[in-house]
Amino acid sequence: MKKTRHELRANTLPALLTVGPVTLIMVLLIAIPLIYVAVMSLCSIDEFYNVTLDFTTDNYMQLFNADYLKIYMQSLVIATVTTILCILIGYPFSYVIARTKSKKKKILYMMVIIPFWTNSLIRIYGWRTFLGTSGWLNSLLMSLHIVDEPVELLYKTGTTILGMVYCLIPFMILPLYTAIEKLDTSLLEASSDLGAKPAETFFEVILPLTSSGIFSGSLMVFIPCLGYFFVSDILGGGNTDMIGNLIERQFQSGNNWPLGAALSIILILVTLILVKIYQKLGGDMDSLGV
Amino acid sequence: MGNIVEIEGVNKIYGKNHVVKDLNLTIKEGEFLTLLGSSGCGKTTTLRMVAGFEEPTTGTIKVEGERVEEKEPFERNVNTVFQSYALFPHKTIFDNIAYGLKMKKVPKEEIKERVLEMMDMVQLTGFEKRYPSQLSGGQRQRVAIARALINRPRVLLLDEPLGALDLKLRKQMQLELKRLQKKLNITFIYVTHDQEEALTMSDRIAVMHDGVIDQLASPSEIYEHPATKFVAAFIGEANIYDGCITGITDGIATVTLENGVVSIRCPEDFSLLEYATVSVRPEKMKFSTTPVEGFGLQAQVKDYIYVGAVLKCIVSLPNRNELKIERLAGQELPPIGSKCYPYWDVDDAVLIHNESHYIFEAINNIKLA
Repeated sequence: MKKTRHELRANTLPALLTVGPVTLIMVLLIAIPLIYVAVMSLCSIDEFYNVTLDFTTDNYMQLFNADYLKIYMQSLVIATVTTILCILIGYPFSYVIARTKSKKKKILYMMVIIPFWTNSLIRIYGWRTFLGTSGWLNSLLMSLHIVDEPVELLYKTGTTILGMVYCLIPFMILPLYTAIEKLDTSLLEASSDLGAKPAETFFEVILPLTSSGIFSGSLMVFIPCLGYFFVSDILGGGNTDMIGNLIERQFQSGNNWPLGAALSIILILVTLILVKIYQKLGGDMDSLGV
Repeated sequence: MGNIVEIEGVNKIYGKNHVVKDLNLTIKEGEFLTLLGSSGCGKTTTLRMVAGFEEPTTGTIKVEGERVEEKEPFERNVNTVFQSYALFPHKTIFDNIAYGLKMKKVPKEEIKERVLEMMDMVQLTGFEKRYPSQLSGGQRQRVAIARALINRPRVLLLDEPLGALDLKLRKQMQLELKRLQKKLNITFIYVTHDQEEALTMSDRIAVMHDGVIDQLASPSEIYEHPATKFVAAFIGEANIYDGCITGITDGIATVTLENGVVSIRCPEDFSLLEYATVSVRPEKMKFSTTPVEGFGLQAQVKDYIYVGAVLKCIVSLPNRNELKIERLAGQELPPIGSKCYPYWDVDDAVLIHNESHYIFEAINNIKLA
């Protein structure tokens, strides 16, 4: 039924009042900055590194040089390994907290949440202090005479992955926890009742029904992992650069904002494609918390 | 017929809750046995102990003569139909029903043949590729039953399987379940709180109350000769009054109630001066406008409630207790407010030992001394 002009006007004011502020915030904080970055990625710089409005696609062309491609590959490898490790460590942990009936459940859950209250940058510096050549771990190893001289533990790919897993594992545990907690106990009983051994129940019932948690957890670990430049900076010491480091460097020391913007746009596109794939696989957007 | 399930001296204690108390129950092969009781009486816990989801605190459970209480559910030759059906939401109806056979590594062709046959038996042909969420409650129920029965268990455990269905469907499924049970000749242990369901389907009913079996008997025996006050009150409607046996002549006891004396056929295990409970079904109750010999109850007609085939009469006694009496509709009745004299045929009422009769025993002993 067509609405009269009067009805339309009567609905406009409440609609503006309710949806208006949200829309305004979205436009100011998300849409405008995004457009700004997109426009920036098409700009050029003059010899004094000032941004000029000469539109060009050169910035995107530069992204395909061999050094950058190597870093993209390295980013993908580190992000993939981090995601797999997070699943392997996070799944059993989430399973235990989600299925335990005791009062420890809350304590275990809090143990995952509490680190969020401290800045992750500070926590990563903590790891450096712990792992450094004069750090606690080396002092301990030496005082126990396990090693004679300090072992270089920092500035390796493994160190970066360790930091990434440490920072990102809560993002794996929380969606997994939600998925496992939703699992109906009677389904597990039914499976066992029908003759399935525990391992069979796991692969036939538990894993398929919690795969949504694995999907969303993986997405929430993989994507930030590409951008957590400070982890590879502090723990990798420049040996394990990732896309995030490239972007950071263009905006800081490189002072080439258009190139940094082009890199950012690529990262956003990769993220969008991953989310799209996730949706295609039947992923639930709500469980991503977005 | 041999015994297929033997529960001996089973106790289940959760923390401070003694849920099942020293339970002894023997179930015969091919029998339809119902555990009936209100929620929290221990019936579901008993069933879950037979299935293997709970371990008895003490006592033994034998299935086909073999002790099973330490065995995992997947090692037991019993299957369960769950209250919530517990169908696997990510599997098709075919895969749900085939699950048990797949776990037993039955060849694929045989699985297919048996699943299709089972689906035909529960009238689900054509639903193979659907998912549980695409079925109605009644259809899901059939899938749950088919998924359990396909394993040809010796005993099928059913935990309030019809609880979520509407009344009409429930009645239909009751008959269908009974038909399946007879056809396949599988022992059914059925848990319900619905006394009508229990009466309709069971060969024997175990009425549970507070972790104890109050009475284990056939449906008619339970209805007509309840063993305890709880059973009398729980199964069907009943007028139940406590009193004391004040006289026994020619096998007829005179029981003095608060409102007067009544007469009742006296079983041999009742004795003079015993404290006992009288239970009379509303449909066995009569009332007259003139006093009846052997009955001293005097009441006033309070209300008539028309419920179709029968008319429910509410009469109130001097102490304001009410009696429910059922009459066939269309009979002539005294007007509301008039005096009447309730009575019954001496064989139609049941005399029940009262839990607190020991007080009177004590008084008797003092007298004898």
